[in-house]
Amino acid sequence: MSADFAAALLATDGRCPPGLTTWNGSAPEQRFAVYRNNVVVGLVDALADSFPVTQALVGEDFFRAMAREFVRVAPPRSPVLALYGEDLAGFIEDFGPAAGLPYLADLARLEYLRVLAWHAADADPVAQAELAALLAAADALAAARFRLAPALFVLDSAHAVASLWAAHQADDVAAALAGGDPERAEAALVCRNGLEVEVFSIGRGAAAFIGLLQQGAPLATASTQALAVAARFDAAPTLALLLRVGAITGITTPRRQQS
Amino acid sequence: MHLQPAPGRRVATARSRSLPARAGIGLKPEHFRDIVETRPDLGFFEIHAENYMVAGGPFHHWLTRIRELYPLSIHGVGLSIGGEGPLDEAHLDRLAVLLDRYQPESFSEHLAWSSHGGNFYNDLLPAPYHATTLARVCEHIDRVQERIKRPMLLENPATYVEFAASTMAEADFIAEAVRRSGCGLLLDVNNVHVSCTNHGRDARAYIAALPLAAVGEIHLAGFAEEIDAAGAPLLIDSHGAPVAEAVWELYCHALDLTGPMPTLLERDNDIPALPVLLAEARHAGRILECVLPFAAESAVA
Repeated sequence: MSADFAAALLATDGRCPPGLTTWNGSAPEQRFAVYRNNVVVGLVDALADSFPVTQALVGEDFFRAMAREFVRVAPPRSPVLALYGEDLAGFIEDFGPAAGLPYLADLARLEYLRVLAWHAADADPVAQAELAALLAAADALAAARFRLAPALFVLDSAHAVASLWAAHQADDVAAALAGGDPERAEAALVCRNGLEVEVFSIGRGAAAFIGLLQQGAPLATASTQALAVAARFDAAPTLALLLRVGAITGITTPRRQQS
Repeated sequence: MHLQPAPGRRVATARSRSLPARAGIGLKPEHFRDIVETRPDLGFFEIHAENYMVAGGPFHHWLTRIRELYPLSIHGVGLSIGGEGPLDEAHLDRLAVLLDRYQPESFSEHLAWSSHGGNFYNDLLPAPYHATTLARVCEHIDRVQERIKRPMLLENPATYVEFAASTMAEADFIAEAVRRSGCGLLLDVNNVHVSCTNHGRDARAYIAALPLAAVGEIHLAGFAEEIDAAGAPLLIDSHGAPVAEAVWELYCHALDLTGPMPTLLERDNDIPALPVLLAEARHAGRILECVLPFAAESAVA
């Protein structure tokens, strides 16, 4: 029973499942369409909420048509709808009508990271005293490992998606977009700071550096490897940014582990 | 035998932790800050469980504060109690974590299904009313109540089609599910009006056939109006409009039968500013106050 009903919900041919009746003998197709509409429109609305700049880039009609296609091939696998849309970026990559906007998939990736950051676990930043102690012991600093906030994400893109996203937060989007080149490679840092999710444009070296710290690499190792990615990489401003957004939630040093 | 007083205390605690027989509204993110800053006079807030099944962030930040100020009802929309397959145990685990964290005065879910074959359809879908569905629904309610270690309320659905395979009337099906499982009833008066209009039934007769002694909460909402293929009215449970006059009348009728009940004003689409919802809640509150003397008499009798 449910299998026929469920299949008809996502079908596009207007059919309804067998075995439906109506008190007045009216055709059940029109009544069944209420369910189909609830399902598809509800899921498209959920995607529109999570991907507002993706929608702004292609326009509402295009976005909703694309989202309807996505809903039909990739309906949610979980009732936790806040996290629906993880696969939308991959879908966009293969979606022919969007081929003219090669940056659209990564923009959708960025917006999904914002969703993840918004709902990620809370974690308190390290205390100032702990940081001061570390900075005072230069020998320990190189070997220090950082625990970063669960609400921190990095996206290394071949397109300037962080700038593109930021331009869409401006009052005058057209002016903010002027002169920007979406074809420029750019990395984005996405982080919840307090109750707000922030997006920063960072260098590719910084992106590599943060990625290595997230994997547990010691500070000196992460710095060295980031320099191999970007010769002009400087760890100091990147660490300052991480501190400013409260993204460093723990520090371990070899000496500390012994004590 | 020295432990004998304990059960009595436990019952007293359970009673004091039920929702007040006052009006409440659905908690919406756009109103979080307003609520904490203005602390409107309301009986309770209700949340959709699934919206808060995330690890952290602003939703938990605000709900934690608001829960300290108000009684709370948690209302599930994704358990798929009317589904053909077994319940999603991972989802049930998430629900148990949420209930542990917020200790709501009430938990409710729907007589409907929303998941099939691993997909979630994000709507409250209908099931045929016969012995097989009844056995499955009761099994699912048993499992839910066992897992969350508290009773749940089952909500009567709004539906747009019926099934040739049904052998029971909906109200009889609900009465039997409540009797067998021991769950309570969430009487959604708007759903009664919507379904009875959509299926040519008498709303008062439908309510009379429900197990009214089991009602623990009432829902009120607005609907949208369309017509079916024969030109008959087809009401859509949209939660996107003020409560209709016919539903207010049916609410008064229901309260005459149940006594005063915690009453939720549901608004999930086209959400207006907080004062608009508070005014609607005050209207329900005035109706509830008129019912109080009756309830006091019947409690004494």
